Amino acid sequence: MRNLRTGLKELRHYPSAIVGLAFIATLVALALYAVIALPLDDAIRLWRAGEGIWEDTPRNASPVLLNWWPGNNHAETIVVRCSDEAATRSMERLSDDFAIIDISLPLEFTYDGFPDDVRVFLEADYEERRPHAALAWKTPDGREIELEERTLGERATYVVSGDRRLAERLGTEAHIGLFRQPDIEDDVPLKGRYELSVEGILFEPEGDVRVRLVSYGRVHGLAGTDHRRRDLTVALLWGAPVALAFGILAALGSTLTTLVIAAVGVWFGRWVDAVIQRLTELNAILPVLPLLVLIGTLYSRSIWVMLGVVIALGVFSLGIKVYRAMLLPVRNAPYIEAARAYGAGNFRIVFRYLIPRVIPVIVPQLVTLIPSYVFLEATLALLGLGDPLLPTWGKVLQDAFQQGALYKGYYYWVLGPALLLMFTGLGFAMVGFALDRIFNPRLREL
Amino acid sequence: MAENGRLRLKDLYLHYRSQKGPVQAVDGVSLHLERGRAVAVLGESGCGKSSLARAILRLLPRNVEYFGGEVWLDGRNVMELSEEKFRREVRWVRIALVAQAAMNALNPVVRVGKQVAEALRVHRQMTGKQVRRRVRDVFRQLEVPEDFIDSYPFELSGGMRQRAVIAMALAAGPRIVILDEPTSALDLLTQANIMNALKRIKEEQGTSFIFITHDVGTSSELADEVAVMYAGQVVEVGRADRFFPDPLHPYSRKLMASVPRLHGGGGLEFIPGQPPSLVDPPEGCRFMPRCQFSFEKCREAPPLFHTDDGRGVRCWLYEQGCEAGLAAQREPTAAVEPMDDTPPPEDA
Amino acid sequence: MAEHNNRLMAARDLQMWFPVRRWGFIPAGAVRAVDGVSFELRRGEAVAVVGESGCGKSTLARTLLAIHTPTGGRITFEGRDMEQFTSREMRWYRRRVGYVQQDPYGALPPFMNVHRILREPLIVNGVRDRQEQEERIRDGLREVRLVPVEDFLDKFPHMLSGGQQQRLVIARAIILNPGLLIADEPVSMLDASVRVEILKLLRRIQDAHNLGVCYITHDLSTVRYFSHRIMVMYAGKLVEKAPVGGLLDDPCHPYTRALLRAIPDPEPENARTYRPVPGGEPPSLMNPPSGCRFHPRCEYAIAGLCEVEEPPHFVPRADHEVACWLFREE
Repeated sequence: MRNLRTGLKELRHYPSAIVGLAFIATLVALALYAVIALPLDDAIRLWRAGEGIWEDTPRNASPVLLNWWPGNNHAETIVVRCSDEAATRSMERLSDDFAIIDISLPLEFTYDGFPDDVRVFLEADYEERRPHAALAWKTPDGREIELEERTLGERATYVVSGDRRLAERLGTEAHIGLFRQPDIEDDVPLKGRYELSVEGILFEPEGDVRVRLVSYGRVHGLAGTDHRRRDLTVALLWGAPVALAFGILAALGSTLTTLVIAAVGVWFGRWVDAVIQRLTELNAILPVLPLLVLIGTLYSRSIWVMLGVVIALGVFSLGIKVYRAMLLPVRNAPYIEAARAYGAGNFRIVFRYLIPRVIPVIVPQLVTLIPSYVFLEATLALLGLGDPLLPTWGKVLQDAFQQGALYKGYYYWVLGPALLLMFTGLGFAMVGFALDRIFNPRLREL
Repeated sequence: MAENGRLRLKDLYLHYRSQKGPVQAVDGVSLHLERGRAVAVLGESGCGKSSLARAILRLLPRNVEYFGGEVWLDGRNVMELSEEKFRREVRWVRIALVAQAAMNALNPVVRVGKQVAEALRVHRQMTGKQVRRRVRDVFRQLEVPEDFIDSYPFELSGGMRQRAVIAMALAAGPRIVILDEPTSALDLLTQANIMNALKRIKEEQGTSFIFITHDVGTSSELADEVAVMYAGQVVEVGRADRFFPDPLHPYSRKLMASVPRLHGGGGLEFIPGQPPSLVDPPEGCRFMPRCQFSFEKCREAPPLFHTDDGRGVRCWLYEQGCEAGLAAQREPTAAVEPMDDTPPPEDA
Repeated sequence: MAEHNNRLMAARDLQMWFPVRRWGFIPAGAVRAVDGVSFELRRGEAVAVVGESGCGKSTLARTLLAIHTPTGGRITFEGRDMEQFTSREMRWYRRRVGYVQQDPYGALPPFMNVHRILREPLIVNGVRDRQEQEERIRDGLREVRLVPVEDFLDKFPHMLSGGQQQRLVIARAIILNPGLLIADEPVSMLDASVRVEILKLLRRIQDAHNLGVCYITHDLSTVRYFSHRIMVMYAGKLVEKAPVGGLLDDPCHPYTRALLRAIPDPEPENARTYRPVPGGEPPSLMNPPSGCRFHPRCEYAIAGLCEVEEPPHFVPRADHEVACWLFREE
């Protein structure tokens, strides 16, 4: 039997443990970064995807990682605002209540693929008389395509792909037609500097018009986006602290309580032990998952409620039987008899003599138990019992599942969270198995 | 035929691998065992005596660093046999082992008689009837009541289980039986009974024994020869009737002086310090750091010196012969604090 | 009065039966591990309890240590009846009685270092002052010659040799300044050369502190070097009580004689002679033989007496008690 500290030190002799520790360290770093860079409230707000939050991101875009593959050069999202430096804006006030505003938004397009869509967001300031705007598209080779003329409200969105007439004029889908090289059969985008010009007429002295041009990419963000245009990076990033917290708390909570109960049963024996054993057996026939589904449906789906229930159900888990088997021989160890002989009380014996003896055996188990709770959380989310607010890996998977991601070919949607779950499992498992080898010398190959 | 039943070990080595370096558990052990005789291998825990048993029977763990030397049995070096051949022709058939604490390793769900029979079936081709008769024979030799044959191990006392384990070793009729601490966990009376049975088997059937023990008193029960092991080496070997009254090696002498005697006996002594690590034993004589008679020469490893009466001793004091060596150790030394054998005063 | 003051501990008809239950609840008799044991222990006296494994001697030790609550009889310690101990008196008792066990490695919690191991009994018994703790820990280590103390304080049990472990166990047993030491096979797991060292140490400590020692062993050969009196135990009962010399040189009970005959002093003649010892096995403690418990193995058994009636303690010589009908006064 070894000392815990020397055992942990010995971890460095196991390459698998070092890799596992590296995984865990990465996860922890990710989690810390998430918590610091994106406070919980922001994350929740982003994930709820309220009005206007995700206007500038494409729907179901793949991760930009795709472009790192040589030969890939999918369109990325480009946002041009009239406040940008490259944009030009001039206003000619002809009279008190008549002004012409000229806005030109340049768009440097260098991709080999077409964008997913193009939208123009127009905002106007006015009191009674609405401004008027005319949109035109200039291609790098000098063509000019009239887009739309309209009277503006406070907010207006011009969706290129939704402009039927434009599509007819261009002879293809509008957002493709705008970028297409003319005079060739295939759809090949023309690279270069495009320009959106907006000619506005203001009818009030205080009136103004602001324009934002978004060319939606086929790839977006490190993790892609989902059907609600949400950047999955948010969920994958915030999934790390949630998963780690859930896994570690659940594993610690259930292991420690179980251990203490097992130790109490073993030490006091007789009816105490009998009651604990019967409760364990009763608990063993409780179907955990249906119970969680029931609580999730009828009561609350909060991750903390689920955590509590998981720990509560884990208290009398079958682990008690395992720990009992470990503790029974310790109970009769001479050193415990000696402790009784010098007068150590029951409490002290349980916590200072009985439990510490099996801690080295428990630690590896605890470590390997963490990912199984992480997976449980993902499973619950997949069943629709994920926390209603928090972004988690499981919820990303659930969305992907519901939207038929794999069927539609959005592999990234599943792969991202799945890989993270796998790395979590792998990291803890590798460390756990190495610890097991250190603390259980019988497993060690000589 | 003169070689029949004779075992000779020559420079047997068994080193284990460990994190700190090779463990020199058996380091050049040579021994002779004639038919129908018993050699007691005496040594304290960690001196390599159990490894010696494993080395003879080639029951090696996986972490062997080096294993070599010669084991001559019936005139041939069985170290040259293939593992398969060794298993078929030597192990259990000619040399059997009663391993340490084997009585706790009996299969708890198989009747003991059947376990003994199993050992027979594996190693000797016998019909069921012959096997049964043989099992009954060995149980009788060991004074186990016949109705115990059909008991399960947990129904038997420690003494009976130990007898069953010895029966397993004896069943195939080996010429040589290695006993590794066969009685150390048993009670005095049981121990005496088992030793009586072993003596009878030795006498009546000419079985040879290698009796590995840390208990000097018990070793005298069976031994014709005594080999004292210290730190993986045999430091003294010789006939029991010469050894017990007058051991030669300083370690043997100390060891004998530390044995409490029921009838009379002088003061008790102990050996200060601890046995050396087998990973990193002292250079030269391995007992030197604890030896009160050590001198310059002990920095060199002593060979086994042979005395006129056929004993061997690994100590430089005996370079000039037996008398000189003993004389050197009779010189009074200050380090000893003999313990008088009178009880402490009543009203201390 | 002087006689009374000199008495450290006394047991009267001590009985420790363990109920056996079939299927966990149906009573199925009891293991009579200690069955009517009476003895006295004087201050500063070493008494050896000798017997084979399973004769109940370790149970006797645990009962005397108040680890088991006796099912019958009474124990008095320094004139107080253990049955009537208040919890405060029980704590006092635990301070007054030290315990040395057989397996030194098992007796030490492997996850504590030497310092912690010795501190535990102090903490448990209310020695809160850090300085005093340190002093007593160091004194204890010095007393068992684990010196220099600094080298040992931070070590864990597995870093110590068997002899050092046992010294540590002894240090722990005496750190509360007990009046009685119960040593259950303190040297049987140790090598011969270390054994003597530990026995000498125990004896020195006994002399220095005027300790009463209850030395429980199966090995009669070490008893002469350590004890004043011997009590021989067989199947839960004491069959013979006598001073060391008288018992070893002139044993009375047939069982004691058999035990003494079974011990081989290292003589080459041993290999050529058979030991005249009785065969058979110690009886089951659940249903021991009627009458004298040794009678089925006894060569002197008197038919019609030994298997019927339990022998009382006869006194063939002064200070020498034996429970055997052979010594009945005609």
